[in-house]
Amino acid sequence: MSTATAAPARTYSDYSQPLWRRVLFTRESAIIALTVAVILYSLVNVQNFDGPLTLKFVLQDIAPILVIALPMTLVIITGEIDLSVASIMGLSSVLLGVLHQDGMPIPAAALLALLAGLACGALNGFLVAYVGLPSLAVTIGTLALFRGIAVGLLGTTAVTEFTEKWTDLATGTIGESNWPLVMVPIAVLIVVFVVLLHFTTFGRGIYDIGLNSEAAHFTGVNVARTKLVLFMLSGVVSAFAGIYFTLRFGTARGDNATGYELQVIAAVLLGGVSIFGGRGRLHGVIAGVVLIGVIASALRLESVTVNITNIIIGLLLIASVIAPSVLSWVAERLSRQAPPAPSEPSGPTEPPTTQHTAPAGV
Amino acid sequence: MNQADLKHADGTEVSTSEALLVEPSALSPGRRAFNTFVRSREFSIFLVLVAVILVATVKNGSFLFSSDGWRNFLLNPSILLLLAVGQAAVVITRNVDLSVGSVMALTAYLTGRLFIDQPGLPIIVVFGLCILFGAMLGLVNGVLVAYGKVPALVITLGTLYVYRGVMLTWAGSDRINAGDLPGDFLALGTKAVLTIPWLTIIAFAVLAAVGYYMYTARGGRELYAIGSDPDAAVLYGLKVKRRILAAFALSGALAGLAGLLYTARYGTVSSSVGFGIELQAVAAVVIGGVAIFGGSGTVWGAAIGAFLLVTINRALPSLGIEDFWQRAVVGALILGAIVLDRLLALRQARKLAEARDSS
Repeated sequence: MSTATAAPARTYSDYSQPLWRRVLFTRESAIIALTVAVILYSLVNVQNFDGPLTLKFVLQDIAPILVIALPMTLVIITGEIDLSVASIMGLSSVLLGVLHQDGMPIPAAALLALLAGLACGALNGFLVAYVGLPSLAVTIGTLALFRGIAVGLLGTTAVTEFTEKWTDLATGTIGESNWPLVMVPIAVLIVVFVVLLHFTTFGRGIYDIGLNSEAAHFTGVNVARTKLVLFMLSGVVSAFAGIYFTLRFGTARGDNATGYELQVIAAVLLGGVSIFGGRGRLHGVIAGVVLIGVIASALRLESVTVNITNIIIGLLLIASVIAPSVLSWVAERLSRQAPPAPSEPSGPTEPPTTQHTAPAGV
Repeated sequence: MNQADLKHADGTEVSTSEALLVEPSALSPGRRAFNTFVRSREFSIFLVLVAVILVATVKNGSFLFSSDGWRNFLLNPSILLLLAVGQAAVVITRNVDLSVGSVMALTAYLTGRLFIDQPGLPIIVVFGLCILFGAMLGLVNGVLVAYGKVPALVITLGTLYVYRGVMLTWAGSDRINAGDLPGDFLALGTKAVLTIPWLTIIAFAVLAAVGYYMYTARGGRELYAIGSDPDAAVLYGLKVKRRILAAFALSGALAGLAGLLYTARYGTVSSSVGFGIELQAVAAVVIGGVAIFGGSGTVWGAAIGAFLLVTINRALPSLGIEDFWQRAVVGALILGAIVLDRLLALRQARKLAEARDSS
């Protein structure tokens, strides 16, 4: 018993990389650097990119993706996925339209749409967390279900009559600046989610679940409740994005925001979140969303078609996940060719990467 | 599998409480095969399909018994069926291929272009080229997944965007119209043998071939082994990478064939071909009883799932439900299928646990 006190105090700092390396050599830093580089390049080379309206349109375009990417990041870090977000957007959009058409004021209709989103998320969460079904299958099902209800409620018609006061709010800017007004609630949500994920016990539990949900259970994390809460957050935030989408374009249609789920997931994965769970941070995700928005906007100003934009985003996505594997393969190749082992450990990000990619092909 | 193992283990000493587990072996092999068949997931989905068809036909006789109804019944699911068969092979290895819709769009456009630019080309050569092209696109997915060691979901999501973008860039604003295509080729989409359309015959032939391979051949069984435990498959010495490559190439080739048949069936190729069909293919596979985490299920099930999805679509109006609600029904069906799967698995586990505890 007394030997414990005699032993020298061992701290993790003896074993960890220097701070600057840990901060700089991460996926998040890479994606932020790439984003900054693309912005600088566009400012210099793309005509009108430095114009006053670019900021407004870029932010308005990425707003729905940005806001849904926040809960999606948390969901993916637990090792689950939510494919139904775009359908929840469509459903909340239709509900807002239908309720408003029946004479309900916008705030009340929006509140009901948010509650519907919460209920949709709760259904997903219940089936995944308490029934124990794979989230990929569940949310493919609810993707069809929620979209089907949205289309069923409105058919091929659209509601376009909205009180101007509210549509102005969705397209307006803060004072005289070019920052869209919608960035205010989104900024609040970003702060809330950053605190929730990075500075609370709940957030540490999310990482624990993603790394090993069995172990998380034994360390006292309520795995099922955490997942339920995350899916509910995802639902309610998607409903918010749907309301914004409706008011911004002034139409409520059943097929609003079709295909957004893949854009959100692409942005999240681009931001360095591991699809296996347990890894990823919100600043990387935000950079990923901005990167996609900036590339799309710059290419549009260069009058490149949206197809090329899609190709570039697809290639970026593939490159971002395959880069660690290629790097570790190259490193392995190099160390094999040079038998005297390098005294310095290889790149700081590599050991965890190889661990995570080990389960082949999953 | 579990039951067979237990039987074998119990063969040496049989107590009264274990009799329940041993009992099936007392039945004749034919009877056992029958029981397995009746209890199989494919059979229950098939019953649902039959029920849907019956109800729709009772309400409206022309649903099945008019020449048009019969033709649509067989013709409409053919393309989704091909995609579902390929998707099943991939999902069984614990992967997923989201790029099938884009591959289909690319080959559909390629088909049109081939006929326009090379008018003399025999149809059979176009078939070969399209399947080969699809297989190559699938192979790209396979190489990235197997050698890049990254999840298929991400890779195929990326190639979904890339392939679609390539198709749209290549096609630009022009579309393929029926007038551009030779009559012989278009006849493929309309002609029938003994009232069975050619498209359906092709799809069924592919289904039979792939199904037989998956059931009997070593390559097919190894796909199941990889899906149930990838690590164990590696340790056992299976050529995991090569099999995964083959599964993706198959999925791509079938998507290529589906694109060609799409052009034959509809005659026009616009930019929206196959948009969102990848999720329908995954849905058909899930409804058909293929576990989304691999290792179990059959392509027969996936094919019946595809049939069910498309038939429900067409049956809803005759059941008095506006077809706007069709997607909601499909969603409910998917959820029902996976919840049912889960409940059955839980019951099975409980039964086995009870049998173990009471011994």
